[in-house]
Amino acid sequence: MSQENAKTAETSVPFWKEMFSSKNMKLLTRPFGADNPVTVQVLGICSALAVTAKLQPALVMAISVTVVTAFSNLIISLLRNTIPPRIRIIVQLVVIAALVIVVDQILKAVAYEVSKQLSVFVGLIITNCILMGRLEAFAMANKPWPSFLDGLGNGIGYGMILVVLAFFREIIGSGTLLGYRVIPQSFYEAGYSNNGLFILPPMALILLGIIIWIQRSRNKDLIEKEK
Amino acid sequence: MLRNFLDKIKPSFEKGGKLHFLHSTFEAFESFLYVPDKVTSSGCHVRDALDMKRTMITVVLALVPCFLFGIYNVGYMHYSTLGQDMGFWSYFWFGCTKVLPMLIVTYVVGLGIEFIFAQVRGHEVNEGFLVSGFLIPLICPPDVPLWMLAVATAFAVIIGKEVFGGTGMNVWNPALLARAFLFFAYPSQMSGDNVWVADAVSGPTSLSNIAAGQMDAVPQLSELFWGLIPGSVGETSKFCILIGAVILLWSGIGSFRIMFSTLVGGVLMAWIGGLAGSTDASVLQHILSGGFLFGLVFMATDPVTSAQTQTGKLIFGFLLGMMAILIRIYNPAYPEGMMLAILLMNTFAPLIDYLVVGRNKARRRKRLTLAMKKQNA
Repeated sequence: MSQENAKTAETSVPFWKEMFSSKNMKLLTRPFGADNPVTVQVLGICSALAVTAKLQPALVMAISVTVVTAFSNLIISLLRNTIPPRIRIIVQLVVIAALVIVVDQILKAVAYEVSKQLSVFVGLIITNCILMGRLEAFAMANKPWPSFLDGLGNGIGYGMILVVLAFFREIIGSGTLLGYRVIPQSFYEAGYSNNGLFILPPMALILLGIIIWIQRSRNKDLIEKEK
Repeated sequence: MLRNFLDKIKPSFEKGGKLHFLHSTFEAFESFLYVPDKVTSSGCHVRDALDMKRTMITVVLALVPCFLFGIYNVGYMHYSTLGQDMGFWSYFWFGCTKVLPMLIVTYVVGLGIEFIFAQVRGHEVNEGFLVSGFLIPLICPPDVPLWMLAVATAFAVIIGKEVFGGTGMNVWNPALLARAFLFFAYPSQMSGDNVWVADAVSGPTSLSNIAAGQMDAVPQLSELFWGLIPGSVGETSKFCILIGAVILLWSGIGSFRIMFSTLVGGVLMAWIGGLAGSTDASVLQHILSGGFLFGLVFMATDPVTSAQTQTGKLIFGFLLGMMAILIRIYNPAYPEGMMLAILLMNTFAPLIDYLVVGRNKARRRKRLTLAMKKQNA
């Protein structure tokens, strides 16, 4: 990667073209589908179950995680040559923790109600496996800009799944979206009622399973080869 | 005549025929009406008259007394609450108008999904849903809205069965999964505290009375046994359940070990609970109340989801019975624990089998090494 970048710089291609080259864009978009951190790598499940009962906290969580993955990837990638390998985990954790505290404080200042709903789960972004995974697998070995894109892509890939889960859980479980009633009152009068199971975390796991099912039946490459 | 008609239309469903994509639908109807005509031509086989179709039909037959009594009881509860004495046939007729739509809905939804999956996956529709579809209305209260029943059936068949690969591959009992879905999804309709007695009237079940400590309101033991009490459709009459148990045991389809050890576990736990002063109900009241016996006879013995080994069956049943009464006595949120206990033990059944087989292997290995030593010495 670094050699290639050096080569393109010599031939004086405009820097934005190089920044958004197809290779870099792939870093950004691959986690949306074929390399999704939640449905393919099965990381970050815990928070995906916990914060998706309603759409609003899920959106906020998605944005928070995206910000933290993108910037922790960027910072670690900048520091990568100075970090002694034996203590790299603790350095990564310090960076993540600092960013999470910043995000947490901003949420408390700007959107106090949502931050109360998310409760410990903002703090628990620190333990989200996607973060450490990306730092270890990508940022420690790549330049800052691709690392930033990789973090951004993984954050969005995680966020997409959260939003899809929260959309179905809120609309079926509570009959609302972002707190606004979308299922008309006449439905309830006709005997419809909200499905309480969708409020409970187990249903989020089942929905996640269904998403993985759909994704795998569309993309056969994801199915493990039989031995 | 029917045979001729089937033979005439058969070629169009076979490979190359224009209706081949409906192959499994045709196959299902043909073997439903007649004995399957496939003959195994190679290899050696253990032969038995008991194929899956016959097993399933026997279980359905064993359920018929509960079903008929359930219909009668629904009508009886309705009219006796209204203070009317209408006679047997009007009780029965009223029950039919409540229970038959439930049965039709579960069969249409469940079999519909099974047919679709069979077509898409290109295998044959099998008889697995006949029993589940019959059980689901029996374990629901008579006033459950039909659309909820349809959603729950669809959930149970798709998530409980088809994702694991269809009949015989499921981890949990599909009928109970449908009930659990209703229980958690629509708790206001399915709380278990108050059940339907007549239109727009609901009353507490014997179990919710026990949980609330109102022992005066619990029906007499004989009433609990004969079953003219409010409850889910099929579980009220313990007498009809016993008839079903006899049919299952006589035909060898239900496992005696599971039934027996579940009963022992339940009795023991109810006895301990009584000694500890945690429950006011006697052992017999616990055993005869709610779905304990129904679950014990028709659901715990499900050959797919229970333990397979002989020792495993004993362990499975014993823990199941204890768990059911344990949940009843010590968890105030759930007056009835049988459903959750069976689903929980379904989850652990493979582990129990694994341990039993492992122990057996270890024992035999030990015996072998002993014999070898003896020979060498």
